[in-house]
Formats: sequence, structure tokens, C-alpha cells
Amino acid sequence: MTMPRRRAFIAGAAGVAGATLGLGGCRRGDADAPLRFWAMGREGEVLETLLAPLLREQPRLRVRVEKLPWSAAHEKLLTAFAGDATPDMAQLGNTWIAELAALGALLPLDAGAAGLDAADHFAGIWRSNEVDGRLLGVPWYIDTRLMFYRHDLFRRAGVPSMPGDWPGLVRALDALQRSGVAHPLLLPLNEAEPLLALALQQDDPLLRDGGRYGDFRSAGFQRTLAFYIERFARGHAPFLTNNQISNLWQEFGRGSFAAFISGPWNIGELDRRLPTELQGLWSTAPLPGPVPGGRFGASTAGGSSLVVFKRSHRQQQALQVLAFLGRPQTQLHFHALTGNLPPRRSTWALAPLAGERRAAAFLQQLELAKPTPAVPEWERILQEMQLQAARAHRYGTPVADAAAALDERVDGFLAKRRWMLARGALRARAA
Amino acid sequence: MKLPEFGRNLSVQAGLVAAAAFALGPLAWMASVSLMAPGEATQYPPPLLPAAPSFGNYRELFVQAGMGGYVLNSLGIATGLTLSSVLFNVMAGYAFAKLHFRGREAVFKALLAALVIPGQVAMLPLFLMLKQFGLVNTWAGVILPGMASVFGIFLVRQYARTLPDELLEAARIDGAGEWRIFVTIVLPLLRPIVVTLAMFAFLASWNDFMWPLIVLTDSSLHTLPVALASLSREHVQDAELMMAGAVVTILPVLLIFLALQRHYLAGLTMGSIK
Amino acid sequence: MNRALAGWVFIAPSLAVIGLFFVLPVAAGLALSFSDFDLYALADLRNLRFAGLDNYRQVLALPLFWKALGNTLYFVVAGVPLSIGLSLACALLLQSPLARFKPFFRTALFAPVVTTVVAVAVIWRYLFHVRYGLLNAWGASLGLAPVDWLGDPAWAMPAIILFSVWKGFGANMIIFVAALQAIPLELYEAARIDGAGRWRQFVDITLPMLGPTLLLVGVLTMTGYFQLFAEPYVMTQGGPLESTVSVLYLMYEEGFRWWNLGRASAVAFLLFVLMVAVTRGLMHLARRTEEPK
Repeated sequence: MTMPRRRAFIAGAAGVAGATLGLGGCRRGDADAPLRFWAMGREGEVLETLLAPLLREQPRLRVRVEKLPWSAAHEKLLTAFAGDATPDMAQLGNTWIAELAALGALLPLDAGAAGLDAADHFAGIWRSNEVDGRLLGVPWYIDTRLMFYRHDLFRRAGVPSMPGDWPGLVRALDALQRSGVAHPLLLPLNEAEPLLALALQQDDPLLRDGGRYGDFRSAGFQRTLAFYIERFARGHAPFLTNNQISNLWQEFGRGSFAAFISGPWNIGELDRRLPTELQGLWSTAPLPGPVPGGRFGASTAGGSSLVVFKRSHRQQQALQVLAFLGRPQTQLHFHALTGNLPPRRSTWALAPLAGERRAAAFLQQLELAKPTPAVPEWERILQEMQLQAARAHRYGTPVADAAAALDERVDGFLAKRRWMLARGALRARAA
Repeated sequence: MKLPEFGRNLSVQAGLVAAAAFALGPLAWMASVSLMAPGEATQYPPPLLPAAPSFGNYRELFVQAGMGGYVLNSLGIATGLTLSSVLFNVMAGYAFAKLHFRGREAVFKALLAALVIPGQVAMLPLFLMLKQFGLVNTWAGVILPGMASVFGIFLVRQYARTLPDELLEAARIDGAGEWRIFVTIVLPLLRPIVVTLAMFAFLASWNDFMWPLIVLTDSSLHTLPVALASLSREHVQDAELMMAGAVVTILPVLLIFLALQRHYLAGLTMGSIK
Repeated sequence: MNRALAGWVFIAPSLAVIGLFFVLPVAAGLALSFSDFDLYALADLRNLRFAGLDNYRQVLALPLFWKALGNTLYFVVAGVPLSIGLSLACALLLQSPLARFKPFFRTALFAPVVTTVVAVAVIWRYLFHVRYGLLNAWGASLGLAPVDWLGDPAWAMPAIILFSVWKGFGANMIIFVAALQAIPLELYEAARIDGAGRWRQFVDITLPMLGPTLLLVGVLTMTGYFQLFAEPYVMTQGGPLESTVSVLYLMYEEGFRWWNLGRASAVAFLLFVLMVAVTRGLMHLARRTEEPK
């Protein structure tokens, strides 16, 4: 290379490097930039379609949807908060509201301004969005867990419909095993919701003393844990994670298992993914409960809310989107796209939803849906609970020991919370 | 050929073929599955070749999953990092090799000591620091820390030490300034190691996973490895789609390696000879 | 500019970057490890407490830390010899005068090294699938029962070891090839004339001459393996039942998942201390075995 060309090359390299760094360092904080909206799973996939009418109404409004997988969403939200890179608004599992509220990340909302009416919502769900008397999230859809099952396989085994109590369920699973389904009930080892739902069916709460200590050694939880572990020991459930299932819907269609516990979004997924000949062969039913002779048991009161972040520069636009997504027509459209259940009673009264067979089971279950403790550490406690249960089966630990070990770990997680409560830096909500 | 020698010949070749099959097998399978129809690979027994090869998975990746954007991110970040880190490292490596200044050996020894510290120790506070500068979720947040490469300086120094001092002295006597000597004489002589270093830097940046995972929160800024990890968690059931993603991630670096392997392997060997 | 100043000017950019983006954070990390920095502190710095050695004590009392340490040591102790053994064997094959198509084989065997860990981890995750994976399919054709590679706590780490060895053996192989090429042929000639067989030649000439290279490769591979992270993150998420949680994975979870930054920094420094100790020990051992010669 000759000298002038060499000089030019170095100058060019330095220039490109500098430009990249400069451009890279550029942050899109201007008000002209689109609204950043984070959404998870299936909801993230349909959000752009759902927002299309609003964007037509308001041409100056631009929304950029970012889809997160559920498995990484919690992590990413916290990382974004820690790194000062939160979006403008996001979908949030309502068990995470307490956590982000403790961080002071969420903007208090004015329900009236968003066109929402507290009385039109299910009370428990609305309450889980309120922290210290302020509304921090708007319910987007409600969610609970119930049984999805192949009623044709059940009938072939001599069970006409999903039993209403635990002993009935055990008999049904035995019958299914005899009829050729080796592991009839899918309880993925890395999903905490099924165990949580069963645990909530007991009267004993999972944390005690205003969320300061774990109470997993209670008789109620130990009964649930024993029931859960026994399902694996008896071969009713395969000892697998959902990574190893590979394709849930395909395997359900193939009859590798006859039942699994999941949420409303799977109505939409199964409708989309199963071949037509299998469409009429499955149903939903509320979870069997621990009380013999009962019609069904409780389940989780979950769902997602929509939140706006305090650090957003586009709060007005976010509130516009919130109001739009809260309209009953939008919620109906949302249900049609995903199978998710609307949080507003007025939407439930509207025509297509009112008559839907499979959604009816959810409405039934929602009557007995219990919220989880609203402590910021809940996500971690949930994961630990699931881990201890899986370990107890694998290593044959007695249930009492597993429960005690779990309590010990949970007490450790809650140590800082206890200190903050003692200092008065936090106010304890009824756990 | 005598029989025992033929036997030895055969076993050596067979050994190499077996090793090559072990090394290349998974990559070949990846390419094959990427051309299969969705759901084809999850059958028992698993198929080795697609029944009707098609690029449908690639189409879905680029159209639905926005793979093109991730390619651009990887390309942009890797290029930025390569250009800047090569420039810095070549300057420093040359200085440690050929320019005398007080404390030179002490500083170099200190840098070598830093090699022992695993980078992960710095990650958490580095994240907090970048947040203060507003660099979280930006390309600069990925590039800047990546420029701190002691190995690169070391490599250049090793090579630069072989440069003839007389050439530099002669230029100095002629009155040339240090920068001019660097640009006009040293750089051309260092070209082989510069190419090697650029290759190392580009490959390392393209393949980097943990740091971009932490720093880039917006999925639109993700590099290929991060995007692939995220997609694989979400689409664990779509094996064919994932394999197509793997091909898109691996193919560029494989091609670069094939084109420039001489430099890469030479650099690797040189770096290992202390 | 004069020569002395030039030296400093030339190293200034690199030093600045290293100082700012490496040395400073490491020092800050050490400071963090003595505090209980967590989510609450992230929200409001007044919630931060000085913790002294509490984090270290808590980490050392954490069963998961010891499990992670055990997992990591398992990975290192099983993986490093396997990787070096395979690399050496392939290097010997490549160096053999009987080998043909050497450039092709050299490239083929090295290819896995340049691939992206995440991408190939995804590939191997499917290869390891208990029902639809190729490994079990071949095992079945040989009459072996299917192994639940990624679902059985006993097999998950061996799966990751196999994967890591596949990924990395090419790099060490190249280094060995260069070292083997540096052994003068006359040594082998002399040994052959003295009547030494091939195995004798290997033990008496090749191995000793490779001594320093073996040490280098050993130290490099070991330090790399102690930093196991990407493979568990992509393939197993630390599972099943925490059997593939490595020390670095634990640090990531504590730090970036649960935001106990104080605790996570303590884990990171403990890892650093461990690596230094083991490396020093290895070099000391190497020097001791060299002395009698």
C-alpha cells in the first residue's frame, strides 16, 4: 500500500469505528420515536394485528412491539430496569406487579382516564393490580389453570368425563394406564403452575406472617406435595421437562399423554395446530379438588396486566393504547385471536363468548381462583418449590423433609424483606 | 506395499476419517434438517435426509423472525469491534515490542497478570457502569468493553519483536517521526499478524454470547447468538427452524475461516509458543 | 514526539480501555461483594447495607454453591484429559507420514472450533433428544437402551462434556501439530537404529518433548473449562435438578436473574481464587516433575 492510501485506510478505519461507536451510543429517547411495547408468548405474536384498528384511527401513533419468550421475560424486565432501558409499556404477569412496584418502576394509573371501571372487573384480579391503594396495572386478560384432556381416550378407558376430586382422578389415571396410555398425565418438571394450582386448593396459605416466612411445612401443602410426587412414582406422569416433550400439541394429538394442565391460550394453539380429525376429541374441565365428592377444586388466579413504566417519555401515548386495549370489542377480538379470557364482565356478556363451550369451563374455574402471595420474591420462591418437588421424587426424600428444606430456602430469600419491613421501608400487604 | 504397512496406512486413514465424521457429522445433520419440512425431524426413527428439501425454514426465519436484522447487528458490532480493537492492539503491541519507555516491562507484566482474571468477574459492575453512561442496550455497550484485549496486544508484540531494529533506526536518523515510522514502515511489515488479529477479533465478536445477552435488552438489537438462544427457548419444538437459524449463524464464520485459515492457524500456533 | 513519549501515546488507547472497562469493574466487583446490593438497592440506594464477609459466608454455606463447584470440577477433571487425549491422538494421526489429504482433514477437524457455541449447542440438544435424537437412534441400532441425555441428572453432565470436547479438540490439535513438527526427526531415527519400537519412541521422545506444550494446553483448556456457562445456559438451563449448574451459571443466576449482585460478585471472586490456585498448583506440579530430568 502506498503512503497516502495507508493514511486514508487508517483514517477510514478510525472513522468507521468512531461512527459505529457514535451511532451505537445514540439512544432513541426522542418523542418522535415509536412507542416500545413488550409482550410475551402468543399475545406478543397477535399484538400488531390487534392494534391495527387503533393505528388506523391515530396515524401519528406508532407502536413497536417486541416479543419476548415467557421463559426469559422476567429476567429481561429486571435487566431492563437495572440498565435503565425499560420500554414504555409492557405486558406483565400479574404476579410480577408486586416486584416491579417494589422497585418503583411503574407509573400509577388513573382508571377513569383509561376508560375503565373497577366494578366491571373480577374483584380479585383488580385487587392484584393495586399496590398501596394505587392502581399500577390494568388487567388485560385473566388466566387460570385447568385440565385439557382427550375425552376420547378417557372414554375408551371407561371414564366418561374429568373427575371432580383427587381420588377420582387417581382412578381415572389407573384406568388410562390399563387401557394403554403409559403416562397419561403430563406434569412438566420445569413448570411450577400445576403444583402451584394444586397447592392453592388447600386452605393453608403458602407464606405466613405477612409474607415474612415460608409456610410450606403446613399440613395442606404436604398433602399436595405427596399427591404430586405420587403421580410420578405411580407412573401416571412422566419424569420429563417440557424441553424434552419437544412438541406438546403434536404429542397430545398422537396420544402420548391424555391430559395436561394449562391455560386458556392453549385453546387457540390447539385449534390452530391440531389436524382437523383431532379437533373434536379434546375438552377442558376444572381441576379436580382434594375434597372427596367435590365438584372441582381451586386453581391459580393469574393473567397479565398492562403497565406503563415511570421512566417512559411517551406516557400519554401509552395510556391511549391502554384505553384501546380495554375496550370490550378489542377484548373480544383478542379472545378470538388467542383464546385468552377477557377480564371485563361486559365482554363476557357479548355474543360469541357467552356461548363458547370450552371457555365455559374457565368461567367455572375462575369462581374458585385464588391469588398467589404478592411478595417481590415470589418468582424465586415458585422456582424453588418446583425444584424441591422434583428432587423429592428423584431422590426419594420424605415429604416432611422436602417441605422443611423448602421452608428453609424460602426463609432465606425473604430475609431482606423482613429487614425492610422492620425498617418501615415497605408496607406488608396481606400475603 | 507390505501387509503390515498397508494395515498401518489404512488404520491411520480410517482414524482420520472417523475423526472427521465425528467433527463434521453434527454440522452436516444441521444443514440437512434445516431443509426439512416442519415436524419432519421429530419422528422415530429420525430421518437423515429431507424427503423434499426446501428453503421454507429460511424464508420463515427472515420474514417472520427478522433474522436479517440480527445478521446486520452481528455484522455491525463485529466490524466495529474488529476495526477499533485491531487499531488499538497493533499500536500497543508495537510499542511494547519496539519503543523504549520507562516502565514498559512493568506495565506489560501487569497486563499479563490481568489475563488470569476471568472476564466474568467484571461483568456485573461493568453493567452498572454502562448504565450510568447510558450505554446499556446500545452497540457501543457491546463494542467498548470488547476492545480490552490483552491477548491481542501479546500476539502483536510477539510478532513485532521480530522486526529488524536497523530499519527503524535508519528511519529515525532520516528524521521521520514515530507515527510516520509506524504507518509507513511497521504496519506493512505487520500485515500478516494484523490479518490474523482481525480474524480472531471478528470471530470472537461474532460468536460472543454472554455479554451481548446481558447488555442488549431490545430484541431488535440482538446479535445472532443471542437471538438464536432466545428463539431456541421459545421454539423448542421447531427443530427444523432452529437448524436453519444455526446455519445462518455458523455459515459466515465458517466461510471466513475457510478463506483465511492459513492466517488463523498461524496465529493460533504463534500465540501458543511463549 | 520523542521516542519515550511515543511509547506512552501508542499504548494509551489500549490502556485506557483496559483500565476503564476491565480493571475498574473488577475493583468495583470486589467492593460489591462486600455489600448486599440487590433489587431493593437497585430501586433505592438507601437500601444498601455493608455486609463485610457475609456474602462469602453465605455463599460458602449454600449447598447449591458446592453442587455447582462439584459440577464444574467434574466437568474439568473428566473433560480436560478427554479433550487433550483426543487432540493429541488426532495430531499424531495428522502428523503421521502415512496420512493423506492432510489439509482437508486439518480443516475438517478444526471446523467445530470456529462455530458459535449457541448454534452448535442447539444442534446437539436435538442430537441428544431422548426419542428423536440421532445418538439414541444409533444406540438402539446397536442394541443399547435409550439414554435420557438431557433429562437424567446422571447423564446431563456427560452430555455436556461430550459436546464441549467435540467443540474444542481442534484448537489443541493444531497446537500439538505445531509442537510435533518442531521435534527433530533425527531423534526418531536414532531411536529406531537403537531398536526402539513405535510405542517406545512415543513414550521416550514424543511425550517428553511435548512436555511444555502439554502443560500449556492443559492450563489453557482448564481455565477455559472452569468458565463453563454457554452450554448449560442453552442446553439444560442448569438442570435437570441442578446437575449442570456451573459456578459461572450460578453467578449469572444470582446476578442477572435474581439481582443479588453482592452475592453474585462473591461467587465470581471465589471462582477467580479457585482458578488461580489450581493453575498455580498445576504449574508447581509440572516444575516438580521436570526437576529430576
